[in-house]
Amino acid sequence: MNILTDCPRGCETTIKKLHASGPLKQRLISFGIMKGATITLMEYAPRKSTVEVKVGKMRLALRKEEADMIEVEDAAK
Amino acid sequence: MQQNSAPACPVMAKHIKIALVGQPNVGKSMLVNSISNAHLHVGNFTGVTVEKTEVLFDYRAYQFTVVDLPGTYAFTNYTIEERVTHDFLCNEEYDLVINVVDSTNLEKNLQLTAELMTMSKKMVLALNMSDEAEKEGIDIDAPYLSQLLDLPAIPVSAVSKEGLDELMDAVIDVYEAPLVEPKLIFSEAVEEEIGNIQGYLDRHRFRAAISNRNIAVNLLQKEKKTYRVLHDNPLWTELQPMLIEADRHIEIHHDSEDIKEIFAEEYAAFNRGIITEVVKEKKQTIKKKTMTERIDNVLIHPLFGIPIFLFFMWSLFQLTFEVGSIPMEWIDAFFGWFGDLVGNTIAHEATRSLIVDGLIAGVGAVVMFVPNIMILFIGIALLESTGYMSRVAFLLDGFFHKFGLHGQSFIPLVTGFGCSIPAYMSARILKNDRARLLTLFIIGFMSCGARLPVYVLFAGAFFSESAAGNILFAIYITGALIGLFAAKILKMTAFKGADEPFVMEMPKYRLPSLKLIWHTVMTKTWMYLKKAGTFIAAATILVWFLSNYPHNDALKTTFDNKIELAQSDEEKTELANMLQESQLEHSYLGSIGKFMEPAFEPLGFDWKMTVALQTGLAAKEVVVSTLGVLYAIGDDVDEESSSLITAISKNIPFASGVAFIVFVMIYLPCLAASVVFTREAGGIKYFVYLFIFTTVTAYVLSFIAYRVTLLIT
Repeated sequence: MNILTDCPRGCETTIKKLHASGPLKQRLISFGIMKGATITLMEYAPRKSTVEVKVGKMRLALRKEEADMIEVEDAAK
Repeated sequence: MQQNSAPACPVMAKHIKIALVGQPNVGKSMLVNSISNAHLHVGNFTGVTVEKTEVLFDYRAYQFTVVDLPGTYAFTNYTIEERVTHDFLCNEEYDLVINVVDSTNLEKNLQLTAELMTMSKKMVLALNMSDEAEKEGIDIDAPYLSQLLDLPAIPVSAVSKEGLDELMDAVIDVYEAPLVEPKLIFSEAVEEEIGNIQGYLDRHRFRAAISNRNIAVNLLQKEKKTYRVLHDNPLWTELQPMLIEADRHIEIHHDSEDIKEIFAEEYAAFNRGIITEVVKEKKQTIKKKTMTERIDNVLIHPLFGIPIFLFFMWSLFQLTFEVGSIPMEWIDAFFGWFGDLVGNTIAHEATRSLIVDGLIAGVGAVVMFVPNIMILFIGIALLESTGYMSRVAFLLDGFFHKFGLHGQSFIPLVTGFGCSIPAYMSARILKNDRARLLTLFIIGFMSCGARLPVYVLFAGAFFSESAAGNILFAIYITGALIGLFAAKILKMTAFKGADEPFVMEMPKYRLPSLKLIWHTVMTKTWMYLKKAGTFIAAATILVWFLSNYPHNDALKTTFDNKIELAQSDEEKTELANMLQESQLEHSYLGSIGKFMEPAFEPLGFDWKMTVALQTGLAAKEVVVSTLGVLYAIGDDVDEESSSLITAISKNIPFASGVAFIVFVMIYLPCLAASVVFTREAGGIKYFVYLFIFTTVTAYVLSFIAYRVTLLIT
């Protein structure tokens, strides 16, 4: 299983599954983070504690714990 | 916008109540401001508007009430502000919805639009930031969009005020026309089930406020309120098996059991279809990096990001002190001159003392800091309006997380550097109640603008001009760090529990308009001055009265006799000074101060400082005005030139000064903030905790600061 934070900076990939539940899952979905969406990894904060991603035209900051819940296809540049 | 110059007879005017809805940071408040010339607070981060605000204005022959609702990504109750919006839309009376969307990111914004379309409400779509979209090469066919959705879609720009009349005309047209159901089309499987349920409801002549089609949609989405209503209806017995069957059918088609996720995918698919039809985007031949990406490469750099942020903050406090101190001297000199001028015209001694030593000295001491306050507010306004705030939250989340705080706590905390009151309110962007309470407890540690005068005063009194800016920066950083450690302690004791997820939108960088910054800063400065003229003036007069009465005549007679017997002028002046001092000590305020003095003696505070701390509970500016009054009275036998800064450096030992700053840094912000805190935290008991927590921390740290300073100096 590939998770988002395995991707290097700048990689673009497709979301396969969300391993979140309840309100957090709905929150992610309302931001457009859902199955089939394209996601780009823009930047890591110091020590990878937080990541910046781009979904559609929106930039989002996610903590590593949340980013780890996003399963993605093979990372491809 | 042009307002109706000759308003129609108010009885005749029709009243339209509009709910303004949209995702966060799409410019809803800005749009209200542009339409109605109101001055709602706007900024470039999510969660500027946390409460619904009503704005009234006239246009053509109509009276409008626009309710500006907090931004919401979807119909969920994730945060308090989203709950405010959801509750309003579901439970309150209004005629029409204006759904504001960001034209540069239509696809994401339509997600909320689709949900709004299931409500059977009259609706107009405002395609905001249309000018920005045009610049980015995004072309939206608005008439075609209107046709596809069966909703008027009007391109507008809140910034350049384009399309506002067209928008309001569309609102009036929709208001006057009967309700038209917008077209929202689902996948075949879902449409089939909607058709079944709708058909059943139609056959049994079921009627409700919303259409049967939307009832079917809501039932399939498992919307609780719709369930509750139908549950009490005899139709339920037949409806229930239909719904179970429908669920199974849809779940098979989507290969998922999460109905919310299924509907989100349905909406997304519908929106993608709409977008391909109406949006034409010019493909850039070479994939050029956008401005935001280029700025972010520097500002959120993993290594340099945090140093750059610290540098910005340091520069801000340097500027606050260096630039702010120039007009400060003029203002100080002006009030000195003004006091003398007024003083010479009043013959009655007590009245003169009230006006000159009380009112002018006290209010003057507060007004003196207007330049500093303005610079600080400009800095905060820039942080808010450029989009940098979210970047700092991103950079600091890892660090904050270690202390049990949330990256988004950064937003209320930074707001706290301006004033604690809006900071308490903006903590609503935090979803988790424990995380929110924790942030509320910590906000007070971020020194607000009203404490700035105290710091500037003491930094100016004890340090050279070149060092004072750094001292100011150090005070603010130390306050923030103490806050972080306090957060850690609270997190480990009172607010144990799971962490709130961190998911935050990072807005595009925008150049703030000068007009906007100017307006924000002027409003805040004016509020500060107004406070100085009313609340603080009143408090100052009270302090003056309490420090002048009761007159001890016996004391005066003994000293007068002594003065007469005195040999030299020097001795006479000294005796006169002693008389003033002991008069002050025997005043009401002196008695209170003397009574409390033993408690604060370990911190090196004399009774005047003790009193200033107590009056400071009302507002931090009063600390300065109290010191102003107390030292003005003690000093007026002396040289008239002595300003408050010199009086302080002369009368207060260095270690006591440091301890005083530490105490002011930590204890309760002010009366007004305490009221707001109690409301936001949800109970008086939290205020009691806060009072005990801050006072004890202030006392202990102040004691340590005093002892350490004594040791090293």
